[in-house]
Amino acid sequence: MKLRLKHSYDGFALDLDLEAGSGVTAVFGRSGAGKTTTLNAIAGLLRPDEGYLEIDGTPLMDTARGLHVPPHKRRFATVFQDARLFPHLSVAQNLDFGTRYAPAGRIIARNDVIALLGLAPLLARAPATLSGGEKQRVALGRALLSGPRMLLMDEPLASLDAARKDEILPYLEQLRDGALRLPILYVSHALDEITRLADRLVVLRNGQVAAQGPLRDVMTDPAAVPLLGVREAGAVLTATVHSHADDGLSTLAISGGTLELMGVKASVGARVRLRILAQDVTLSRDMPLGISALNVLRVSVHAVHTGTGPGALVTLNAGDDRLLARVTRRAIANLDLHSGSACYAILKSSAMSPRSIGR
Amino acid sequence: MTLDSLAWEALRLSLWVAVWSTLIAVPLALWVAWILARGRFRGKSLLSALVHLPLVLPPVVTGYILLTLFSPAAPAGAALDAVGLTLAFKWTGAVLAAIVMGFPLMVRAMRLAIEAVDPRLEEAAATLGASRWAVRLRVTLPLIAPGILAGAVMGFAKAMGEFGATITFVANIPGQTQTLPIAIWTALQIPGGEGAAAAMALLSCAVALGAVLASEALAARVATRIKGSQ
Repeated sequence: MKLRLKHSYDGFALDLDLEAGSGVTAVFGRSGAGKTTTLNAIAGLLRPDEGYLEIDGTPLMDTARGLHVPPHKRRFATVFQDARLFPHLSVAQNLDFGTRYAPAGRIIARNDVIALLGLAPLLARAPATLSGGEKQRVALGRALLSGPRMLLMDEPLASLDAARKDEILPYLEQLRDGALRLPILYVSHALDEITRLADRLVVLRNGQVAAQGPLRDVMTDPAAVPLLGVREAGAVLTATVHSHADDGLSTLAISGGTLELMGVKASVGARVRLRILAQDVTLSRDMPLGISALNVLRVSVHAVHTGTGPGALVTLNAGDDRLLARVTRRAIANLDLHSGSACYAILKSSAMSPRSIGR
Repeated sequence: MTLDSLAWEALRLSLWVAVWSTLIAVPLALWVAWILARGRFRGKSLLSALVHLPLVLPPVVTGYILLTLFSPAAPAGAALDAVGLTLAFKWTGAVLAAIVMGFPLMVRAMRLAIEAVDPRLEEAAATLGASRWAVRLRVTLPLIAPGILAGAVMGFAKAMGEFGATITFVANIPGQTQTLPIAIWTALQIPGGEGAAAAMALLSCAVALGAVLASEALAARVATRIKGSQ
């Protein structure tokens, strides 16, 4: 999908150019960055001042030619933050709403969707009687059953508390990794959701694309750190579960060594995603001895980025993975760190919350 | 206190006129309510004022205007006469008077129901593949159905009670234009007619009360349906 968009409203100007491929493309930005407007323009719910949109080479919007394919023909089923279930229909009727419009080749089996999202016990209920998490699961099921070309999700978890979020995230991960191979555009201001789900990340700021690319690259790009928030920045990498020990810790293998982490629920052999926040990584020149932190990785400094403040960002090569560490400029000077320096990255097991471990 | 055949005839005629006027007015009122609720065009407030005019005009004036427009001597009346639809001094004229007088009430109830529908539900339906007409049929219409019914009930009740415009436009002809309220009024003009008037008045109260209660119940259903949307 390719999108070019120029639109002004309420004194705010949107001017962007973004791409989404297969898998999950996340659009991140603070509130007011233009995320929802962008999504509405893609869905066809908004006619921008200027714009061009194509998917798989088929143009859907081209203001220069006066082309505006209406929403029902674009087939970008949308899951909104407020679920928007039809109050006069039961859950089952909501699910079936879009099925009659689904193109023959794109029908997803109803039973598969019901099983994937655990909807069987809800089918006879009225939307008003559902919890927030249940509503979002129904909204997601309804979108899938309409046979969409792409799924648009507008802050689908923003109105849910942490427990409800954890209830839905595994479903979304399953959707991403499952057989459907449905491209998803996921709009969110929550990096914990994005780092678990996205393959590609687009960062919006004041109506413009400030950074975009593969998730792992953008997340470890020091230039993107101010956009993401310095406390939220950090590497995303893939690990393989090696073993679970009796004391509750699990050993996970990454390209640069092994990690001992708590709260890993995935079974042995499974591949999981880890998010390692830059602020949780400590650096040491020498092999640290007699410390409580269990995870010590041999790494080499890729680059050191200092700004005008007291902080510094260090990108590290750990095997084939890239880590990001946030330290002070004074520490950089004390340790004499520069590109190519060998050092050790130290990570506490407890620094990794189970919420930052996806599948 | 007896109900003679004239009273029963008046009740039958009133119901007949009310049913016809409601059936004709509902689709028209829905269309006008829709464009008032959703449309953006010049002259919208003028249309709204025109629709509501019979509510504030003296009914006699409305009846007089209808007579001026639709008497066989007037162009509109003559044109309708030519196609076999005579309005003046006929039950069909009573139907027209009832439509005009009930229209503001119907439009109001329907417009409120349409305005209460969350347009974001309609957007969601569109992204699921429903065309504009499919959205109207499968989302908007079911959500406003109680409002349409409430409007219809109000219009029906108004038609049952219409007096001033009807008697001015189509006079007081038993079996043709003498509806229940007109029959009550006529009975009161005759010495000793109080008994019949009282009986017919009770009948009229019962019909009106039933209509208002039904309308209230339906309005409550609109509220709960639309509240459930979050």
